[in-house]
Amino acid sequence: MLDLVMTSFTPVASTLGGVLLGLAASSLFFFNGRILGITGIVGGLPSAPARERVWRIVFLAGLLTGGVAVALVHPDALPSSTGSSIPVALVAGALVGLGTRLSNGCTSGHGLCGLARRSPRSLVATLVFMATGALTVALVRHVFHLGGAS
Amino acid sequence: MRRLAAAYASGLLFAVGLAVSGMTRPNKVLAFLDFGGDWDPSLALVMGGGVLVNLVFFTWAARRGAPLWAPSFSLPPRTRIDAPLVGGAAIFGVGWGLGGYCPGPALVSAMSGAAPVIAFVVAMLGSTALLDLFTVSRPPSPATATSRTPRSARRVRSPGERSRARAP
Repeated sequence: MLDLVMTSFTPVASTLGGVLLGLAASSLFFFNGRILGITGIVGGLPSAPARERVWRIVFLAGLLTGGVAVALVHPDALPSSTGSSIPVALVAGALVGLGTRLSNGCTSGHGLCGLARRSPRSLVATLVFMATGALTVALVRHVFHLGGAS
Repeated sequence: MRRLAAAYASGLLFAVGLAVSGMTRPNKVLAFLDFGGDWDPSLALVMGGGVLVNLVFFTWAARRGAPLWAPSFSLPPRTRIDAPLVGGAAIFGVGWGLGGYCPGPALVSAMSGAAPVIAFVVAMLGSTALLDLFTVSRPPSPATATSRTPRSARRVRSPGERSRARAP
């Protein structure tokens, strides 16, 4: 309830952001032949063999320095009060970590890259996580009226 | 070295793209998932824009037959639609709908130092590590497979990978 639940439509910024995400994923695939999937790159980091770790760590370093740059230049893009309490954040994070590892991908690997590769697995995964995500929001907001989790 | 430079640039650009697109704002993500409320369609444009750009470049890369700076593409080995895929995606969606973060935006947002995001990231990485600990036999990732294959064998296999890249 700390933040406004309503947000406004941002077609220009969101399309531009999407194009940037596509360029980031495309360059990793075009130059290095790798799929830009956060689950695969970061989640797979501890279990990857030593010589497969370096590029993953370097990618993660790029991602995190990008985060630091955004926090410095445009902190509004990283809202600190997300409205969710620590316990809700812990449960949500645990579900995301478990689910993405089981299904071998998240919004980036299955969504942005898998759909572009026309992978049937990724299409199924994307439709399923969109559906259960929408169902969860519907339950939280409209059935149980728990604004706190928004 | 140039491969590492590409990986770094890609990570950096990805973080900026997430921030510009609105994916790092949980309320915006939740408003996109809230079809029964004040629906904010912005994130459909994020996905649409990203997939379109990828369609162009992934297709081009597959036509070339190999990436520019690596011997072959590393693609996910699995093609079957199985229970872990569907169940895992369903669990991920519930977490996404609860917290408003998927993995990339959560990692980027953790750089703000805000406690709820850091809690989210710790739980996310922790549950992934726990799952890996209890998973007895995991098929090797494509990366593992390539790294253990000698260079000569890698070349022999690349046509198969090429066709998979074209029509996965």
